[in-house]
Amino acid sequence: MLDRPVARLAALALVALVLFNFPTLAVVERIVAGDVPLLPFYLFGVWAVVIGAAAWLIERQGEE
Amino acid sequence: MAKRVLVVDDEPNIVLSLEFLMRRAGFEVQVARSGGEALRALEGEPPDLMLLDVMMPEFDGYEVCERIRAKPEWRGTKIIMLTARGREAERERGLALGADAYVTKPFSTRELVEQVKRMLDVG
Amino acid sequence: MGWLAPTAILVSLLYLGLLFALASWGDRRAEAGRSVIANPYVYTLSLAVYCTAWTYFGSVGVAAAQGAGFLPVYLGPTLLALLFLGFVRKILVIAKAYGITSIADFASARYGKSGAVAGLVTIVALVGSIPYISLQLKAVATGVGLLIAHGGGQDVLAGIGADTALIVTVLLAAFSILFGTRHIDATEHHQGMVLAIAFESIVKLFCFLAVGLFVTWGLFGGPFDLLARAGEAGLSDRLAFTGTRLGAADWFVLTLLSGLAALLLPRQFQVVVIENLDIAHLKRASWLFPLYLFVINLFVLPIALGGLILGGTVGEADSFVLALPLVHGQSWLAIFAFLGGLSAATAMVIVETVAVSTMISNDLVMPILLRMKGLGLARKPDLTRLILGVRRAGILLALLGGYLFFQGVGEAMGLVSIGYIAFAGVAQFAPLLVLGIAWKGANRNGAVAGLLAGFLVWLYTLVLPSFVTAGMLPQSLVAEGPFGLDLLRPTALFGLAGLNPVAHCAIWSLSVNTGLVVLVSLLTRPSDLERLQAILFVDVEQSRRTPRLWRGEAKVGALEELLVRFLGRPAAEAIWREEAARRGRPLGPEEPADARLVERAERQLARAIGAASARAVVASAVRGETVGPDTLMEILDETQKVLEYSRRLEQKSHELEAATAELRRANERLRELDRLKDDFLATVSHELRTPLTSIRSFSEILLDNPDLDAEERAHFLRIITSESERLTRLINDVLDLSKIESGRMDWQVAPADLGELVRAAIRAGQGILTERGVALEVAIPAEPTPVVCDRDRIVQVVLNLLSNACKFVPRPGGRVRVELRRRGAVFEVRVEDNGPGVPPSQREAVFEKFHQLTGDLNTQKPTGTGLGLTISRQIVERFGGRIWVEDSTLGGAALCFTLPVAEEVAALAA
Repeated sequence: MLDRPVARLAALALVALVLFNFPTLAVVERIVAGDVPLLPFYLFGVWAVVIGAAAWLIERQGEE
Repeated sequence: MAKRVLVVDDEPNIVLSLEFLMRRAGFEVQVARSGGEALRALEGEPPDLMLLDVMMPEFDGYEVCERIRAKPEWRGTKIIMLTARGREAERERGLALGADAYVTKPFSTRELVEQVKRMLDVG
Repeated sequence: MGWLAPTAILVSLLYLGLLFALASWGDRRAEAGRSVIANPYVYTLSLAVYCTAWTYFGSVGVAAAQGAGFLPVYLGPTLLALLFLGFVRKILVIAKAYGITSIADFASARYGKSGAVAGLVTIVALVGSIPYISLQLKAVATGVGLLIAHGGGQDVLAGIGADTALIVTVLLAAFSILFGTRHIDATEHHQGMVLAIAFESIVKLFCFLAVGLFVTWGLFGGPFDLLARAGEAGLSDRLAFTGTRLGAADWFVLTLLSGLAALLLPRQFQVVVIENLDIAHLKRASWLFPLYLFVINLFVLPIALGGLILGGTVGEADSFVLALPLVHGQSWLAIFAFLGGLSAATAMVIVETVAVSTMISNDLVMPILLRMKGLGLARKPDLTRLILGVRRAGILLALLGGYLFFQGVGEAMGLVSIGYIAFAGVAQFAPLLVLGIAWKGANRNGAVAGLLAGFLVWLYTLVLPSFVTAGMLPQSLVAEGPFGLDLLRPTALFGLAGLNPVAHCAIWSLSVNTGLVVLVSLLTRPSDLERLQAILFVDVEQSRRTPRLWRGEAKVGALEELLVRFLGRPAAEAIWREEAARRGRPLGPEEPADARLVERAERQLARAIGAASARAVVASAVRGETVGPDTLMEILDETQKVLEYSRRLEQKSHELEAATAELRRANERLRELDRLKDDFLATVSHELRTPLTSIRSFSEILLDNPDLDAEERAHFLRIITSESERLTRLINDVLDLSKIESGRMDWQVAPADLGELVRAAIRAGQGILTERGVALEVAIPAEPTPVVCDRDRIVQVVLNLLSNACKFVPRPGGRVRVELRRRGAVFEVRVEDNGPGVPPSQREAVFEKFHQLTGDLNTQKPTGTGLGLTISRQIVERFGGRIWVEDSTLGGAALCFTLPVAEEVAALAA
């Protein structure tokens, strides 16, 4: 019962690792709103999504 | 009425000597030359005493002794076993099987006659 | 605002008092069995001890200089949290199963309960902790300094002395000692402490958020205003990756390093693993802990940018959190900001020193003291005071080290730079730990080699340059390399340049470390205990049933005494009551302790003093040491080894069976020979006694009966004579046989003519032939029949066969035929009769000793000794012939023997 969430969380960690690092960050670096770079917004945004996804994976499993 | 003694041995000379000794002592003597013959001799009227050799063809003396003691009507027959094998174990085996005495060959003729008389309560 | 600094200090002291009260309450609740911390929320908040003064003050400093560059330190732990239910859970399971007390204990237990591994990990942890502790000291001291500078009160403090850092150190040391060494059992969870630091996590989070909100909405018109003003101030680059002044590799390595640090830092291992009350708490913590990190970091950039916009410099940014409220007249907010920083720092110091001092006592000092036989510690009645003393000294040592580092180096470096040194240091535990729970092949030598090498690389590439930065060592060392060797430049080792120094250090040290753990493990052989522990760790889920590791003699009383000495009497007695209840009977002190009890005692001791010490202590009580390799083999790799073992056992039992069978056969053969000898003697005795009986009887009859007639007398005398002859023959035969069999027969070997010998035998046997009226036919060829033999013996053989024949032929009408003929290389002599013959089943038996033929036709017993044919066979075979019985043409038996034809030469020589 625990194995599937463990694997999914590990996959999430892998995805997060890719999203938090190069070359993804190189793409983000090119996106500029006006003359304001968006890196911090991107990082905090992805971070929030990752935490939300983890919470969803874990808490949903708890309800089953 | 004279007491009857059965001599059982496969050695002719020994039978001869025992027969002579028992007759001289005043007993009525019957002879058997093997175990089978001895048992057949018992069928009619059992003797008062048997001089039974151990080493014989057909049944040996132990077996004859055992068979005799198995039959209640032959209880009255006293048995003296004679053997040329003098070992203690064999002596005990004979007595255990119901023999009344056990005499080792060669024996003293006088002592044997005395013993037979004693066992038959003859003067 | 002269009241500010004293008020802040007063509030701080009140706050510390509150922590104490909270901790004691938590402990009392725990003792009462009503834990207030047994839920994932307190667990998560305790994990947030990760956020120290570094986060509270330092992150703003980094953000001011490098924008988003502060974030990898929190992204790493976020990734780690996603692995809570996998990799981290396994570590917890292992730690709980084996009563692990610290990361040093964990590593030591994994690598064969090695004292070397425990000591080395402790040293690395201590050395790594020192910069980190100094960071906290620096932050608090700076904060105090700032409060004094802005709020007056210098006059108050002047009397004490200007060294605020030292005062802070001493206060924190006293606080930690009071706080952290109240209990002896290191795994008896410090529930009060956990409650206190969870509370501190709330305090620091709220204080930081308060400052963040004040800056964003109090000093600015919200985040967009702040952003716009930052753009105007030319600070936009802080929002770009280029602004982090990190490369892609730096970013990645710092993320990785932070993820490892969130588990491997002594205090993190303490709260994540040791203080965990329920593994299930990991579940919710896997997203709550990242959430905490997320929230506490939200206002880092706003505060940093706000500070810069409002005229602060990058160099001052470490104190923006405190300075911004201060300069804008928010005294109470400033006091709260200081309080938040203080809580972040004290939480770190408390847990870190508890963790490190436990390691120092359990994994470094006590094992050494216990091994020093001269001290006789193993026999001391009560060691709890000593252990507590060592722990207190450990706390002092760590804090004093931190203070000295701060004095020497800390002044010149930013908070975060100092923190990274610690991160890279404890990351050296990662290879031996990760490989240790995933790969059974990792062994003690590998762990020691890897850790030692990684530690040295860390010292060289990161700690050494920090001394250079502090001006304690010449600049040329970093700029040009030692002795001007460019390749050995500490921050660009072997030409690996262009990296952040921390990333550079991490790449080199972790590669060397991991490489050596793997390589040395592959090249060296682990001990049996290491292999066993490896399996227990790697296959922890499968091997929950802890095997019995001790075998030997230990008295129950001796074990109890150990427990009393290390755990105290009440704890020891509780354990003993439990064990007695489990067995359903009281445990007598003189009774031998079984393996289970010894195991239990070791585990309990391990909880208090660590695996390495516990092992040493129990070994002193258990004679017979550990189990031997054979028994270990059984436990190891169960199926295969057990199969192998049983196969060997089977083989052994087969061999044993074979040997037994052989022995039995030999014994039976001996017994058979013995029985044969006995039988032979008994038979000889019988055969001798029988004629003697007749002789004696008739002699006595003749003596006692002088009245016998002459004929009878003559008859009896003849019997005596014939029996005497029989006796003589018997004695001769027995002597002959024994001489032949023992090889002492004096053979007269000479050439002879067999025909002549047969004739001689017939002449000798003429008497008996005539006596029995036997008709004899003789067929002997005229030509010579040369043989080589003992004449007399061959004559004896022929005579024996002849007299045997005579015994069995009918009377009258007995016929005997003697024939000699040549058959190839041998002469054959046949003595045939018309007697009853010998049945085929008896034809071999007649040659046995004392075999008497049955079915005797004569009424008289055969007069033979029963040895004649036995002797004949011995004689014939002596001269290379053979003897046997077959059917006769006359209707009876044919007794035949052969002798080899003598060579021409031999014949001529004759």
